[in-house]
Amino acid sequence: MPQTLAEKILQKHTDQEVSGAGQIVQCRVSMALANDITAPLAIKSFRAMGAKQVFDKDKVSLVCDHFTPNKDIESAEQVKVVRDFAQEMGITHYYECGEVGVEHALLPEKGIVGPGDIVVGADSHTCTYGGLGAFATGMGSTDIAGAMALGETWFKVPPTIKVEIEGKPREHVGAKDYMLNLIGRIGVAGGLYKALEFSGGAVDDLSIEGRMTMANMAIEAGGKVGLFASDAKTLEYTRNAGRSGDETLAADAGAEYDRVVKIDVSDMEPQIACPHLPDNVKPVQETEGLQIHQAVVGSCTNGRIEDMREAAAILKGRKVNPKVRCIILPATPTIWKMCLQEGLMEIFMEAGCIVGPPTCGPCLGGHMGILAGGERAIATTNRNFRGRMGSLESEVYLSNPAVAAASAVAGEIINPAKL
Amino acid sequence: MKVKGTAHRVGDHIDTDAIIPARFLVTTDPEELGANCMEGHEEGWGKRLKKNDVIVAGENFGCGSSREHAPISILGAGVPVVVAKSFARIFYRNGFNMGLVLLEVGEEIDKIGDTHEIEVDVVVGEIRNLTTDETIKCAPVPPFMQEILNAGGLVSYAKKKLS
Ligand code: SF4
Repeated sequence: MPQTLAEKILQKHTDQEVSGAGQIVQCRVSMALANDITAPLAIKSFRAMGAKQVFDKDKVSLVCDHFTPNKDIESAEQVKVVRDFAQEMGITHYYECGEVGVEHALLPEKGIVGPGDIVVGADSHTCTYGGLGAFATGMGSTDIAGAMALGETWFKVPPTIKVEIEGKPREHVGAKDYMLNLIGRIGVAGGLYKALEFSGGAVDDLSIEGRMTMANMAIEAGGKVGLFASDAKTLEYTRNAGRSGDETLAADAGAEYDRVVKIDVSDMEPQIACPHLPDNVKPVQETEGLQIHQAVVGSCTNGRIEDMREAAAILKGRKVNPKVRCIILPATPTIWKMCLQEGLMEIFMEAGCIVGPPTCGPCLGGHMGILAGGERAIATTNRNFRGRMGSLESEVYLSNPAVAAASAVAGEIINPAKL
Repeated sequence: MKVKGTAHRVGDHIDTDAIIPARFLVTTDPEELGANCMEGHEEGWGKRLKKNDVIVAGENFGCGSSREHAPISILGAGVPVVVAKSFARIFYRNGFNMGLVLLEVGEEIDKIGDTHEIEVDVVVGEIRNLTTDETIKCAPVPPFMQEILNAGGLVSYAKKKLS
């Protein structure tokens, strides 16, 4: 029977025959992931299981990224628990201090995840690796503890929504806009339980970074995974990340889909998700003129080098509005260094930006850019829930990096084409 | 496994804050959490739950956060099974992992009314409504998940497997 991409990947990791949506399959996992917030809980469950060793010290990643550098005593204590555990278990992929970056930007960059893998993470944006063609999804901490101890977990085979994206985008429109547009169409529960499988000419044209930006937000549509076929571009990316032996993988022709959604991006304007849900999406012109107090470029959605370049292209030779805090957070140390080497740092500093270390920081209202009541931010992050970046009385608008940078200059939300 | 008890109906999109509000998350003790089960839904609603009763819900039960306290509080309240039109994904996983049986029945859920006496056969996938004398079929709990349930949840399952 022809299989969807999700079914094909699951099949690679189980001895059962994957027969279709709804079936429960037990699969071997390629990587189990937790961060400074979720690992302590997973470690507690791991101990309760009586586990003495992780199933494979190369296949567990612990990334202390959310509050790094530790913002208070609690976060420092949490990291201490994770660090001690990593040492005790001899975990290969443990990251903190100067090596740490936002987990979902860091792991692909280091070649720790790749096409055809099954990745489970105690973090809802684990779905990012779908951009590389990995079946990657978020879970609770006990689930991750089980995966760390046993090296396997169960999945309900998801039905798949096929998303076909065609057309050539205008300038300043890209992956983030495609995804916001889709979430606006199908809603925050539109992909519940389901896999999203992206295809079409506009998707083929995307870089791997752009694909990861899209896959990252599958969870904002309720999706279990957001999947891209792995192609020559994917293999080039993973080779550069130091991997070998990866293969291309695509859905079978004639695979059965739950639903097909078609999007033409030719006339698409930059998209903005307005408060307080990611599906409250409008074209930028409907939000133009709204005064902002903060602009954030960073996160696992848009903190990669392409995003930095996009923001820098707008900020070059311009000044950030004096009433706006423009916070730039390259998502990993490598991206930081590239910004430096490419001269982007100078552009950011000349423009009057605040450049921070690689951290989740303000994305989850953690630190380094918290909003006061009545303040409004435009951010390249992925969630605009009430109070996500600070006060319950603040507002977050989600956009692509060019729009965020342009709005920082204008002091209000603006289409970069008008700057 | 068969469970016989009184059905307690709730609506769609019951989220984890309704099941166990954040202010009660200071403990992981099932009994303490059970005493406050559904406090965010309606104050005192949980008092109606007796041992072996069944919560019968609409769509997307358990949406919201990934807190494992939610299924623990339901178990703590004595409820071994939740039957719903559908469940939110992470809750569905957490439920089985904590040892709570979840059965998805789709549209037929409306054949079960509040306070009906029902008998749920988890292995066969059947709910007998003793009040109306109707039988509702649903997918049984898959053998692998039964294994987790029989072990008493994922922690005990893994413990057994590791020893
Ligand atoms: S950047 Fe934001 S969404 Fe991504 S992992 Fe960090 S807190 Fe979560």
